[in-house]
Amino acid sequence: MRSFTFERASSPAAAAKAVAERPGAKFIAGGTNLLDLMKLQIETPTHLVDVNRLGLDAIEATPDGGLRIGALVRNTDLAADARVRRDYAILSRALLAGASGQLRNKATTAGNLLQRTRCPYFYETALPCNKRAPGSGCAAIGGLNRNQAVLGASEACIATHPSDMAIAMRALDATVETVSPDGASRAIPVADLHRLPGDTPEIETILAAGELITAVTLPPPAPGVHVYRKVRDRASYAFATVSVAAILTRDGGRISGGRLAFGGLAHKPWRVEAAEREIGRGAEAVADIVLAGARTSEHNAFKLPLVRRTLAVTLTEAAQGTRR
Amino acid sequence: MNDIDRRTILTTATIGVAALVNGGFSAVAEAQAVGDPVQAMTTRLTVNGRNHSLDLDPRTTLLDALREHLGLTGTKKGCDQGQCGACTVLVEGRRINACLSLAVMHEGDAITTIEGLGTQGDLHPLQRAFIEHDGYQCGYCTPGQIMSAAGLLDEVARGVPSHVTGDLTAAATLSDEEIRERMSGNICRCAAYPNIVAAIRDAAGAPS
Repeated sequence: MRSFTFERASSPAAAAKAVAERPGAKFIAGGTNLLDLMKLQIETPTHLVDVNRLGLDAIEATPDGGLRIGALVRNTDLAADARVRRDYAILSRALLAGASGQLRNKATTAGNLLQRTRCPYFYETALPCNKRAPGSGCAAIGGLNRNQAVLGASEACIATHPSDMAIAMRALDATVETVSPDGASRAIPVADLHRLPGDTPEIETILAAGELITAVTLPPPAPGVHVYRKVRDRASYAFATVSVAAILTRDGGRISGGRLAFGGLAHKPWRVEAAEREIGRGAEAVADIVLAGARTSEHNAFKLPLVRRTLAVTLTEAAQGTRR
Repeated sequence: MNDIDRRTILTTATIGVAALVNGGFSAVAEAQAVGDPVQAMTTRLTVNGRNHSLDLDPRTTLLDALREHLGLTGTKKGCDQGQCGACTVLVEGRRINACLSLAVMHEGDAITTIEGLGTQGDLHPLQRAFIEHDGYQCGYCTPGQIMSAAGLLDEVARGVPSHVTGDLTAAATLSDEEIRERMSGNICRCAAYPNIVAAIRDAAGAPS
């Protein structure tokens, strides 16, 4: 790990200012992803601003009937919150499908959104990676790319976003609240937070330098059956190969509509609203639209039929009421 | 020989090895120091009920602070990247990977390690259960397994659900499936898993 200086921030705006004013400065919250990357010298901040004691750890009801989740609410506490379990089950399910008990106790809501890819070539510092070393190339293209993106990727990067929570947040139409170094706040739909890689895969979100996430707000609960279905190489403690976050409305014994967001497919949570209008026509009709424009690499073509099958079983079980 | 414990023998052996390779260690330390000025930070930790004040390089992980600065070597370094769980400790009662946290982030925190869970004369029920059920083979992952299990039991008592919990709105119960899912952050290379699950089930007072 490269050396750095360390300070504890006194307020969200002061934290934002501290990071904006010092080149090479970064926020640290749970640190479970950042420290891992610092040990490998993939991340080499020269100054860390600890935001853990800013008190951004409450889950509060909003006047319109939604929930405002503090940026520092730990993944365990968010998943276990009685209101989340009752009204936003998809979010509990997605959180509990990710990481381990120890990591969920430490990882924060904002940190989960901002975690970096688990592409093995991003982690392998001996090989090129445009995300880690811009302009060096992409070793995943032509490499072992079984778990890489099939949607929205570029010639520069085929990495995926690893978060489960973010997929549920996308289906829930969550909004990210931030504070800037000048103290101004803004609200960003989670749909707009993450970028596609394009020519600059090292830039992963639209956040400005020093801009700090302070909360994530959920709109009032979306009625319907909440399902988070994650397909992975082992039953626990593994990143998604494909995941589906679904909020589905049932009409009699069939699914009549809903929302669908997908993980494991792209550089950001993937949601195609036009496809949701076809939910009543079944999984194949939906998947045809979701997967339009998909481009597979040598080892990941299996993801396309896997999306179709995962969607089919999700819709079938939701219709039958057999999926918890 | 009975009054010489394993740690005494290991410490003695380590001193011998260190003396042999001392030149090598110094070279590494110097190489890291070039261009890397370090400002030590005073950090107060309460570990197993005892207060400590440590002057630490900010890079020091909680794990290294416990092992290298406080000599509490019961907490193990396995992968050092949050994948194996050997370094699991309780911070303010909650289990975390000590390798993925900086000690300076824990100013004033209360930390419990395996040394603070029970003593040789008064073992914690989980320690007794791991012995009773032979929940280990080489034992390297065991402190992490036991600390993780202690955190798990508290989470279940607080009603924290898991990935395999059927009804999110019902009270949490501790089936073997639940134990396996909730312990997935602890790897046992010897694969003592069936006995680990049995030990945790036993200590939890859950029926098999």
